[in-house]
Amino acid sequence: MFMRNSLLILALLISPVLYAEETPELGKPASKALVEQWNNDIFPDGEGLPSGKGTATYGKKVYQQYCLSCHGVKGTGDSADELAGAKHGLTDNPPDKTIGTYWPYATTLFDFTRRSMPLNNPGSLNNSQLYAVTAYLLYLNDIIGEKEIMDAQTLAKVKMPNRDGFVNYQSK
Amino acid sequence: MTAKHDLKPIAGGGLLDRRLFLKKGLTFSAVVLSADVLAQGEHYRPDSSKIAGKPFSNYGLPSQYERETIRWTMGNSMADGNGVSWTPLQDLEGTITPNGLHFERHHNGVPEIDPQQHQLLIHGLVDKSLLFEVEDLLRYPMTSLLCFIECGGNSNAAWRSKPIQTKLGYFHGMASCSEWTGVPLRLLLDEAKLKGRAKWLVAEGADASLMNVSLPLEKALDDCIIALYQNGERIRPENGYPLRLIAPGWEGVVNVKWLRRLHITNRPVMARNETSKYTELMPSGKARQFTFVMEAKSLITHPSFGHKLDKQGFYQISGLAWSGHGKIKKVEVSADGGKTWATADLQEPVLSKCFTRFRIPWQWTGEKVILKSRAIDETGYVQPEREELVKQRGTHGYFHYNAIVSWEIDRDGSITHVYA
Ligand code: HEC
Repeated sequence: MFMRNSLLILALLISPVLYAEETPELGKPASKALVEQWNNDIFPDGEGLPSGKGTATYGKKVYQQYCLSCHGVKGTGDSADELAGAKHGLTDNPPDKTIGTYWPYATTLFDFTRRSMPLNNPGSLNNSQLYAVTAYLLYLNDIIGEKEIMDAQTLAKVKMPNRDGFVNYQSK
Repeated sequence: MTAKHDLKPIAGGGLLDRRLFLKKGLTFSAVVLSADVLAQGEHYRPDSSKIAGKPFSNYGLPSQYERETIRWTMGNSMADGNGVSWTPLQDLEGTITPNGLHFERHHNGVPEIDPQQHQLLIHGLVDKSLLFEVEDLLRYPMTSLLCFIECGGNSNAAWRSKPIQTKLGYFHGMASCSEWTGVPLRLLLDEAKLKGRAKWLVAEGADASLMNVSLPLEKALDDCIIALYQNGERIRPENGYPLRLIAPGWEGVVNVKWLRRLHITNRPVMARNETSKYTELMPSGKARQFTFVMEAKSLITHPSFGHKLDKQGFYQISGLAWSGHGKIKKVEVSADGGKTWATADLQEPVLSKCFTRFRIPWQWTGEKVILKSRAIDETGYVQPEREELVKQRGTHGYFHYNAIVSWEIDRDGSITHVYA
């Protein structure tokens, strides 16, 4: 009995230390260049946006060639999500959630298109094509003009209509 | 012998005392007669025992008689790797989901990953950016945890104005439960040394949609693991092979599969899957964001839609309950549409953020009845009735549906999903 208790106390005393410290430390230092190549995250303030630029005029061509087959003419939706052309708002029944009515940040559109679209050939568009198709989708949603240039500076400044539409539930 | 009073209902609709099974001597007797007439002195052998059996197999499969126990899959018409598959909860018992039946949500298919080519990068607000090989991670101290993973979009059909008539698993089966084994994330973050400003972590998978999502560092340091094993074997490709982030109790999307990168930041990245999706539009027009925790839920799995009661008499009601906030404290069952409730028996062990199996005996008198279950977790949270949930959140939130599920048993023993 005594043995068992003292062993238990000993285990309690040493285990947190063991648990927090003892690892083989096998992580290899990653070079700055590797991190830059791997890190494709784009933040609302524009951090991570690459060089390149485009307008809706060119973006329309990109869209028609690479996106229309799934998202429909002018982004009104088909086998894949509706992206533009909402007929009603968020409090209607049913609500119409599009980039224009729902998305809080324009940077998310660039980021998501670059990482995931076109679904049948992800990663195939260059940065200028991406800026252009982003511009076209913003234009279709009446957020920017047809000739407005989207690039690392201007995209982060686009204020989305539903920018303040979200409540951080976690901090409640 | 069972005393007569034991079979006295303890709540409406014929619910019996949950301890009934445990009472000594309770038998439901029926005399079975052997079909074969055996000569005196001969003993009976079942057919299976008359020939030598099949040889060993390298990897076992379910019985040929269980071929209907499968995931239902639903892919996008233009891209079959985009969609979901559901765990057939109506066909399973216990709490562990077999690996081949764990639900799936893929944004662009299941990637084929050679573990020799796969690495995990940790970078951002750390002193040292680190790259981990999979074989290196296998040498780290590991921990195992049994927990459920539930998609934030599970049960979304129940927001519709009419109750959907389909098997339980095909609208609530984006929830599964496994034993996950891997390296506590805290150990890897300690190795990289977090900077003081670090608050969030952006996790990214190596699939064709490079799926990424943000989660608070607090959670990562609390109970997240980098899982390598699922129910004892290396994780299946469709569940994240070779590495999966496990965030116990939190919506499926943050349990990033095929994990390749953890970016430590001071703010969320506002990815598509935490803005456009996995946010819940409320009647006010505002949306709830970062609703990570899957709140308490329970479902009666047996009987449920698609099953049929073929005669009156004794049945066992069985179901699952879980809560992302901790342990299930209690599950109550009603057989009269919610007028009266009886406490169900909880199968031990009852674990935090894990499926808990509940059971209660029931005597069906052949009347039309409505069965319901409601879970109460250790925080005291009570699973809401649908009406209450809809009152709070409207019907356009899509995600995080966790209201009470009702099954109506008709006189002919058929079962319908109802809102009651
Ligand atoms: C092969 C079909 C296909 C093509 C081509 C395609 N997409 Fe998609 N897209 C999808 C599917 C399917 C989804 C839903 C993805 C998911 O479930 O994660 C989607 C989602 C999206 C979303 C997010 C929608 C939302 O509301 O969250 C955007 C934005 C988008 N696509 C933009 C594009 C752009 C821009 C292109 C062309 C460069 C494109 N897509 C090409 C199928 C396609």
